[in-house]
Amino acid sequence: MKVTKDLVAASATPMVLGILADGESYGYAILRRINELSDGELDWTEGLLYPLLHRLERLGHVESSWQSVPGERRRKYYRITSSGLAELAEQQRQWDTVVSALKAIWVDPGDVRRSAATPLGGLA
Amino acid sequence: MTAPGSPDGTTASSGQDTLEAQFAQWRHYVRRRPELQRSDTEELEDHLRGSVDELVAAGLRPDEAFLVAVKRLGGLDELSREFAREHSERLWKQLVLTGGTDDPETDTRSRRDLIAMIICAVGAAVSIKIPELFGLGFQQDGAFYAPNFSLFALPWLAAYLAWRRRAGTALIGVMVALFALGAVAANVYPLAEDSQSLVLTTIHLPIAMWFVVGLAYVADDPRSSRRRMDFIRFTGECFVYFVLIALGGGVLTAFTVGTFQAIGIDPEGFISQWLLPCGVVAAVVVAGWLVEAKQSVVENIAPVLTRLFTPLFTAALLAFLVALVWTTAGINVEREALILFDLLLVVVLGLLLYSISARDPLAPPGLFDRLQLALVVSALIIDVLVLWAITERITEYGTTPNKAAALGENVILLANLAWSAWLMLGFVRRRTPFAALERWQTGYLPVYAGWAWIVVLLFPPLFSYL
Repeated sequence: MKVTKDLVAASATPMVLGILADGESYGYAILRRINELSDGELDWTEGLLYPLLHRLERLGHVESSWQSVPGERRRKYYRITSSGLAELAEQQRQWDTVVSALKAIWVDPGDVRRSAATPLGGLA
Repeated sequence: MTAPGSPDGTTASSGQDTLEAQFAQWRHYVRRRPELQRSDTEELEDHLRGSVDELVAAGLRPDEAFLVAVKRLGGLDELSREFAREHSERLWKQLVLTGGTDDPETDTRSRRDLIAMIICAVGAAVSIKIPELFGLGFQQDGAFYAPNFSLFALPWLAAYLAWRRRAGTALIGVMVALFALGAVAANVYPLAEDSQSLVLTTIHLPIAMWFVVGLAYVADDPRSSRRRMDFIRFTGECFVYFVLIALGGGVLTAFTVGTFQAIGIDPEGFISQWLLPCGVVAAVVVAGWLVEAKQSVVENIAPVLTRLFTPLFTAALLAFLVALVWTTAGINVEREALILFDLLLVVVLGLLLYSISARDPLAPPGLFDRLQLALVVSALIIDVLVLWAITERITEYGTTPNKAAALGENVILLANLAWSAWLMLGFVRRRTPFAALERWQTGYLPVYAGWAWIVVLLFPPLFSYL
């Protein structure tokens, strides 16, 4: 099973911000992390990740800097900013709403149908 | 860094060498994308290296790992498209004048260019005020400033170009001598303020001087047809930029006048004595510098204008010819008519030149070439009719410097266009290569320069300083 492109794109921002909320990171590591977290089900491309990082930087949600960690190559590291944290919180709220609504539908479809019918029943 | 997982040191290092060569090739390939800047390339390269390291650790040979990693990165087209969606401004080629490019070497060079340009522009602005120290006012002594004006601007532009091209001492000597000769021609003849020769010198000396600038422009290889064509392109772009700067200058002047007058100060003296003369001569240098700086960054505008106006001019000229035949009225040869038709030929030649300058010499003849042939031929027919009428007048009433100069120019342009039309006909019929037309035009350049010099140097004594 592969997650569809639209869904990947929609969830990209909270995912990147969430990973960066754990500490600064660079492109390749972020991609690896997403791969690990989703067991390779999320099909992320570089063409998605890097422009997204640059957009988040332009919006001020992340900052970047070229750093050389001892023993490793010089890399462009990304760090989340306070506005990025606020954005993450907002995104989390929205996703929670979506996820809980979907769960409520899927856990017990019959309940939902009945509860949707109740107002009508009450009137009658 | 050695590749882990390789059996011994030597293969590892040679594998590493190939890998570095592959990376270098990839970098070179990716950098040509306007959407991807230097820092993006570095970031992607780091990504690629991360991927390669992982694959090598998993047991692949470095070159195999590289191929797999590049494949995983996906098509460059798609990647560029994604980058372009975020950085759409990069597709609008921005003219970065100094700094801000991602290449430090280009940065220092463009900064040095800027400094040299500022020195030359300031030099030009200062030089035009120097005669004032000797009591020559800009408004009273028009007879001095008019013919000399180009001598305050063009030597500075030539100096800038010569500096940029690292011209040899011999060439610099020739240029200095020609500018000096120009100064002599403009000043030694006893010309009255209202003489025709003064006007002719005022018009022709800048042309002669411009070809000296051309000498500086083609400093590295003056005989090369390609370099001369570059000079033609430079001339067109320089003109367009100068006009744009002049428009901006006009806005600046209008605001200066308006705002200062609003507080009761009249800035007219400052504008006519300082802003205008200094601004114009400095703008010439700035325009030249802009063309040099933007060369490969911004699309040439002169050929675009050519494309727009060639069909329109062709239509206008054909309509004129039809009307001429229809009404059977002869051309009324007024005094200005010859100059008008000279200018018409100049415009037609300009349209021809700038479409040649932008054309791919190897492309087969197309509709546009036929259109151009029609334009040139109709201009030629009109001009022959005009010449016919005017020669009658001249033989009747004798000649003046103005008529002689206008007639000479007409003949020069006519000769050029007639042979061009012949070559174009051959090209449209696929008999002659396009390069012949290009060579004819670039080879003809010295003729214009020669004629300008003749008018400046020989006409005044020839017509007894009339």
